[in-house]
Amino acid sequence: MIVCPRLPPATPGARLLGMGSQQPDKIVTNDDLARRVDTNDQWIRDRVGIQSRRIAEEGTLLVDMAMEAGTRAIKDAGLTPGELDTIIVATCTMPTTIPNAAAQVAERIGIPAPGAFDVNAACAGFCYALGAAADLVRAGSARRALIIGAEKLSDYLDWDDRSTSIIFGDGAGAVVIDAAPDAESVGIGPVAWGSAGDMAQAIRVLDNGKLHQEGQAVFRWATTKIAPVALRAVELAGLTPADIDVFVPHQANLRIIEAVAKRLRAKGAREDMRVADDIVHSGNTSSASVPLALDHMRADGRLRSGDIVLLVGFGGGLSYAGQVVVCP
Amino acid sequence: MADNTEILTDLALIVEEVAGIDHADVTAEKSFVDDLDIDSLSMVEIAVQAEDKFGVKIPDDQLAELKTVRDAVDYIAKNQ
Repeated sequence: MIVCPRLPPATPGARLLGMGSQQPDKIVTNDDLARRVDTNDQWIRDRVGIQSRRIAEEGTLLVDMAMEAGTRAIKDAGLTPGELDTIIVATCTMPTTIPNAAAQVAERIGIPAPGAFDVNAACAGFCYALGAAADLVRAGSARRALIIGAEKLSDYLDWDDRSTSIIFGDGAGAVVIDAAPDAESVGIGPVAWGSAGDMAQAIRVLDNGKLHQEGQAVFRWATTKIAPVALRAVELAGLTPADIDVFVPHQANLRIIEAVAKRLRAKGAREDMRVADDIVHSGNTSSASVPLALDHMRADGRLRSGDIVLLVGFGGGLSYAGQVVVCP
Repeated sequence: MADNTEILTDLALIVEEVAGIDHADVTAEKSFVDDLDIDSLSMVEIAVQAEDKFGVKIPDDQLAELKTVRDAVDYIAKNQ
């Protein structure tokens, strides 16, 4: 047996310390879209539940939105940038592959020389990144980490394609985590993650650089396969569905959200479990949707300190990840 | 094994739950799209629930062929 004497001591686990978000000012309504493509407000509300979305100005960079969200999360955690040592940005819409987002965002925020990398698991990205970061903290490899989901999907949209242009939006959300001082204060459960590469083509960027989605196939997949992932995350955390106070799934489509919540309730989740519906005014912001929904629900009082929150992300890959967290 | 009448009864209840259409209105000759005004995503939800209820597989390409309630009942009866 080879023993490495230099491994850091493991910690009891990780917990959430703070959160923050950023959205562009520009609101695009369904009526705005109907002036460009053959659609209408009622049709969009019926199919996806969206009333409006935020779209970034051309000059606004993904890393700008990520910086704002990250800065707010650090402040909310009661920390200064210099106290963080790791930053992970979940994104699938950087304009180029090099440089990555994380190092630039850290530089803009003023985090000195952190470990910095991006995660691309599309709409599941934030939950993937949070799972990886929590394990880095638990292993002692990181002490305090900033995890951001940031997307500028508008760069990848064909505004004449009514099947995608009505769905997506731009934005960023972030959380800060650190090592829990003892086992009782661990606030991030084990991640339940996986992928379905046999459906890789169902959500993809075409040769013309625009996002394409096979809506019906993805809808069927999400409404049937995601509830079991969420339930596995609950089980891994040593809880039952009835323990969940707030359910924050990726904001893909309100009908998917409602279908998954219904399946959770059929397995014992409470009727008064609060379910995120941030998609209504944010659209589908891919990896940003879960942390955006968290921050917005806290702001409107539907998410409170100590709440047990079930997160689940799912989308391109296809990939999925979920975990239970405690609201700081 | 349910017979066609039982399948119709159960299918009508699924349609009512998914699309909010009174089950009494879900009769064999009705077209899902033209008569019952059911959209494609609701059809997927109906198919998923029918799969659970009747133990059949209704893939998306097959689903597109099921124009009327009778088409769906016949398909389920044949593939149970």
